[in-house]
Amino acid sequence: MKEIYLDNASTTRVMPSVAEAMNNCMLYDYGNPSSLHVLGERAANRLKKAREEISCALSVNSSEIVFTSGGTEANNIAIFGGAYIKKRRGMHCITTSIEHPSILNAFKRLAGEGWEVSHLPVDSKGILKTEHLEHLLRKDTALVSIMHINNEIGSIQPLKEVGRILGKLSSQPLFHVDAVQSFCKYPINPFEWGAHMISLSAHKIHASKGVGALFVKKGVRLKTMSAGGDQESGIRAGTENIPGIVGMSEAVRCLKQSFDQNNIHLKRLKRLFFDGLKEAIPAISLIGPNLEEGAHHILSVSVPGIPAEVLQRSLSAWHGVYVGTGAACSSKRKYVSHVLDAIGLDTKLASSMIRISFSHMNTDEQIMRAIVAFKECYRKLT
Amino acid sequence: MEKVILLRYGELHLKGRNRPFFEKALLKSIEKALIDFQNIAINKTDGRVYITRQQVREDAFVFPRTSETKNYAADDDIAGKSSCIDFQNIEAMIDRLKKVFGLVSMSVAFKVNKDIDAIKECSEYLIDNFLKENPFCTSFKVQSKRSDKNFYMDSIELNASLGEHILHKFPLLHVDVHNPGVTLHLEVREHAYLYNKIIPASGGMPSATNGKAVLLLSGGIDSPVAGHMVAKRGVEPIAVHFYSFPYTGERSKQKVIDLCRILSQYCGPLKLYIVPFTQIQQEIYDKCPQNYLTILMRRFMMEIAQKVAEKESAKALVTGESIGQVASQTIDGLYVTDDAVSLPVFRPLIGMDKVEIMDRARIIGTYEVSILPYEDCCTVFMPKNPVIYPSVQKAREAIVMLDKEKLIDDALSGAEIMILRY
Repeated sequence: MKEIYLDNASTTRVMPSVAEAMNNCMLYDYGNPSSLHVLGERAANRLKKAREEISCALSVNSSEIVFTSGGTEANNIAIFGGAYIKKRRGMHCITTSIEHPSILNAFKRLAGEGWEVSHLPVDSKGILKTEHLEHLLRKDTALVSIMHINNEIGSIQPLKEVGRILGKLSSQPLFHVDAVQSFCKYPINPFEWGAHMISLSAHKIHASKGVGALFVKKGVRLKTMSAGGDQESGIRAGTENIPGIVGMSEAVRCLKQSFDQNNIHLKRLKRLFFDGLKEAIPAISLIGPNLEEGAHHILSVSVPGIPAEVLQRSLSAWHGVYVGTGAACSSKRKYVSHVLDAIGLDTKLASSMIRISFSHMNTDEQIMRAIVAFKECYRKLT
Repeated sequence: MEKVILLRYGELHLKGRNRPFFEKALLKSIEKALIDFQNIAINKTDGRVYITRQQVREDAFVFPRTSETKNYAADDDIAGKSSCIDFQNIEAMIDRLKKVFGLVSMSVAFKVNKDIDAIKECSEYLIDNFLKENPFCTSFKVQSKRSDKNFYMDSIELNASLGEHILHKFPLLHVDVHNPGVTLHLEVREHAYLYNKIIPASGGMPSATNGKAVLLLSGGIDSPVAGHMVAKRGVEPIAVHFYSFPYTGERSKQKVIDLCRILSQYCGPLKLYIVPFTQIQQEIYDKCPQNYLTILMRRFMMEIAQKVAEKESAKALVTGESIGQVASQTIDGLYVTDDAVSLPVFRPLIGMDKVEIMDRARIIGTYEVSILPYEDCCTVFMPKNPVIYPSVQKAREAIVMLDKEKLIDDALSGAEIMILRY
């Protein structure tokens, strides 16, 4: 039984060329980039090239990229580092109610330290209203953090408008964007969004786990969280994860080359899958944004009557089809995900919510087989 | 002066002619519990088991010792070499021994020659050590036991003589026979043994001396405790778990495996049957009255457990039920469940409250695993209104639509069998 991996929003399979690049790096260019000998210099060179590759993908300066241990650390550095440095200007932050836990819990901690945190509501499609933002903004707002694409339902936030609103303010709050889900699938444009910080992660783009990056706009100062060496402009101390970083840059390079055709492919897969599924199981309902409005690699549906975990398990055991149930990190908990709660979804629909997330590596044939698998499981389980 | 662990076993004394059988089983489980420790010897004398360090080889590591302790080396001690068991090892060994069923209590004792001067010196050392750790202790008591009737002092004389010595050496202490701060125990047998602390052990009967029973293990808090309780009486449990994939997942299966591992610390290697149950649940769900779902499921579980028992020549079933905990555990419910099988069904937790069961689970060490939040097989096919007063007649009639024998045979033939050890 050949596996059909449709859970690419939780993590992805490493591309062969990425694995090879990482392997080479671990076996041959294993020096510490801070060392002054030849091996060290080779590693430093690798690091520099990787930084250039990734900064190029964002059309930013290479000195504006800080490598981290992943999306969560990038988010944490951005929020704590930004909030603490802006503390004197004001202690008010704004975020949305559908952020990733690494953002929400960071803000929760800030709230415990005396900060005021406002949560932007979203509509039933998971999209915020700019009027709400204008309403919430204050003179002492220090930090605004909004995700680009939601990991559970694939809603896309109007960051350009948000950026325009924030840009008009005289108080100049820091603007952070969590672009972990959209990196290499949607254009990321710090200039257009007016973003000061953008979080990225490697393992969502077919590179390895344990690597991520944070774009920090030139001139934006962040308070250092980790005491250590002066790697990564002092923002993130510790010897750089060279193999991981090299892998990430290789993945970015590959995905950049086929950016447009990947997107067309993903759009077609999503359409194909949804139409096929709707035909096979007419009872399913789409969750979150419309098919075209949502991200083209994330599709959330509710298969009524079957608990999501049960369907997920049977799809994987009987058919080798791997799908997600909400965010992978929250499936162990019993209560309904905060995102589904925020869009006002009925508990019944929420508990049977399945997330299908595509990658450019999925084929049409896999999609057809996955639809058959869904149909088969649905028949057996109801 | 040699450090030994002195183990006591209680109830086995009362056994008559098959006492050697039980003692042998106990020794075997002690040996198993201490399998990771090298250079120890396990000796059984009358009514006691001693764990000593094996004779030290010439090239072995010598524990540093002070000149004062040299005098009271026991006569089997190799001259100039102490044969103390390493203290850290003792802690670890005691942890393991606490889980051996059949042992009542134990003490870390000093073994010295049967010579009153050696005994006195050792007692002084012991009290001195105790006072260093408990500086506020002001009273003591000596409790002697002279099993070797050839020894020239009897226990009363021994008490008096040791007490006098300690009073003399530690002027701040006084004797209090009713409520002593520290009790110095002395046993005169083939050697003299001195100790001041009695560590309670599990009690019960040695493992696997009282036949086998099949334990229905759900993965919740109760059933491992029930298993522990029968295992404590020397029963060898064979665990059966009902697995309803895909309604429960790999993780809940792993949870049951982990629970069995913990139980196996007490009762030795444990056989676990993982029986696929989805088919049966679905058939019941489709073809039987809703309010009888749980009762019928339990009846099927019992029957499958009985089949396993036949195969394993086990003579009883054990469950973690307690009266009234859930709708299927009313007296009527239990009666109807029992009606499905002919083997006796033991429910060691029958009169316990949930809190008491949880406390026990914490002591055994299964609680943390039991509360992991993976759904167990009972939570999926829950009827909305389960029947509280079911009747045998109705339960029997309810399954006429099902091919019972085939369902049970299918489930058993799909069972996964594993043996788990710690």
